Amino acid sequence: EKVSVEVLDHLEHLALVDFRDSEGVERLQKAIQFADQLHEVNTEGVEPMDSVVEDRCLYLREDDVTEGNCTKELLENAREKVEEYFVAPAGNIPLPKLGERETFLQGS
Amino acid sequence: LAPWVPVVGLEIHAQISSNSKLFSGSQVQFAAPPNSLVSFFDASLPGTLPVLNRRCVEAAVMTGLALNCSINKKSLFDRKHYFYADLPTGYQITQQRVPIAVNGSLSYSLCMDNKMSQMVTKTVRIKQIQLEQDSGKSLHDDARRQTLVDLNRAGVGLMEVVMEPDMCCGEEAAAAVRELQLILQTLGSSQAVMAEGQLRVDANVSVHHPGEPYGVRTEVKNINSIRFLAKAIDYEIQRQIEELENGGTILNETRAFDSRLGCTVPMRDKEGKQDYRFMPEPNLPPLILYDAKSLPANMNHEQVINIDWIRERLPDLPSVKREKLVEQYGILPEHSFTLLNEDGLADFFENVVEQTQMKPKKVIGWILKDLLSYLKQHSLSVKESPVSSLLLADLLNLLEKKVISSTAAKQVLAELWKGEGKTPLEIVKEQKLQLLQDQKELEQICQAVIDGQENE
Repeated sequence: EKVSVEVLDHLEHLALVDFRDSEGVERLQKAIQFADQLHEVNTEGVEPMDSVVEDRCLYLREDDVTEGNCTKELLENAREKVEEYFVAPAGNIPLPKLGERETFLQGS
Repeated sequence: LAPWVPVVGLEIHAQISSNSKLFSGSQVQFAAPPNSLVSFFDASLPGTLPVLNRRCVEAAVMTGLALNCSINKKSLFDRKHYFYADLPTGYQITQQRVPIAVNGSLSYSLCMDNKMSQMVTKTVRIKQIQLEQDSGKSLHDDARRQTLVDLNRAGVGLMEVVMEPDMCCGEEAAAAVRELQLILQTLGSSQAVMAEGQLRVDANVSVHHPGEPYGVRTEVKNINSIRFLAKAIDYEIQRQIEELENGGTILNETRAFDSRLGCTVPMRDKEGKQDYRFMPEPNLPPLILYDAKSLPANMNHEQVINIDWIRERLPDLPSVKREKLVEQYGILPEHSFTLLNEDGLADFFENVVEQTQMKPKKVIGWILKDLLSYLKQHSLSVKESPVSSLLLADLLNLLEKKVISSTAAKQVLAELWKGEGKTPLEIVKEQKLQLLQDQKELEQICQAVIDGQENE
């Protein structure tokens, strides 16, 4: 069962990934197939495990101020800044729709 | 025309009152130089990890207990993904699968027909309370078509309180939120000041005909005060009714409240329905809470949160405080409401009662009518009152001992209000307001008046 173009387009919007070419899409298909092997195991009545640290103790930190005050260092990473604010575009710039952007997916 | 049943649910975000953030050690403070309260983790620099703040967990447990919730002894953290400039990680750490508290309730009171003497108690179910991160702040510079981002708020701990759609109008929602605000302030888990963004409310509104399924709901955001909350909800209910009665349909959309125009408008369009791709937060194991029974023997107590220990130390909630005031002082329930509604007023009242011979039932009139109206007229809080509880008690003692009349007392209060440092007795002497008690003197005055009449 192949992943549809709609789903691939949806993923490109959501995660801003670019499947780039048939190899990229093929890699995704293979990853899904690999994960699907889980269905071969009978997991009835078994709680899903979503982390190998599930039985570790979650460390609780005391409520003390120990960090911050490094404005200069943080802003060194900013391409643009205005008086110690990071500068971003006016709003989210959405990925253009399928027919309007250069993408490998169009042809499929 | 068939009647309409409005349905209102609320999602409330309360900023946790703590020194540092939910998952990092940077400071929590309103109004600081931009990006000065930001750690590497808050800025989402690679290689940083979340470390849970104990105080934030305690705040959520306290709040859950105060709202009659079941506290989940095991709760989980998840990532909610979306892109926005003030969310540097591209996801918010929240509790979507198993939140820290569920299935609670909140009781609040309403005045029927605006008469304080007819109060009704209503209840709203609390679906859940979850811990989550706040985002940074975006300042939109429309002139230069850019957004300025300040991450000081990014990562501050929030409690999201979800109220089931058990309310039917703006007034009910406002009363419920007000009571929640008082509870949070009493617990100290949040200062809940709406004006400083410590309490943010989104309303879910729909209408339907009795007996029919619920209508399509809209979400109303950008509500900055309790007063506007009621207005926004009532406007949206009306808008939906009018739309449907004119044969239109309601879109499942997000609308913003425009306080200037007093209406709701569709928000900047979100490209279709949001898909947050929730996934477990891989860097945080489950949060385990204990109670007296399950307390582990050998654990470091700094790593253990005991629900029963927290429950034993909960302060009296507003509803309990009100009952105690009514019982102890013989005042009316609606009086106790007003006393708790003004910050510091209940303490002021009790201080006056302690220092005066006047009965509490009489004192309350002076507090709620005279003192409170002065405060309101001059937009002062109780803390800023130029008349202290001591001064008022002194004044009421003079009245009680019949040194002055009630009318004179009001005159003295007006003078005290000027805050010139004079005592009530000094003002009485200055303005010669003492009641005459001497029988002979009174007879002389009456005789003089009669004589004066006879001469006309």
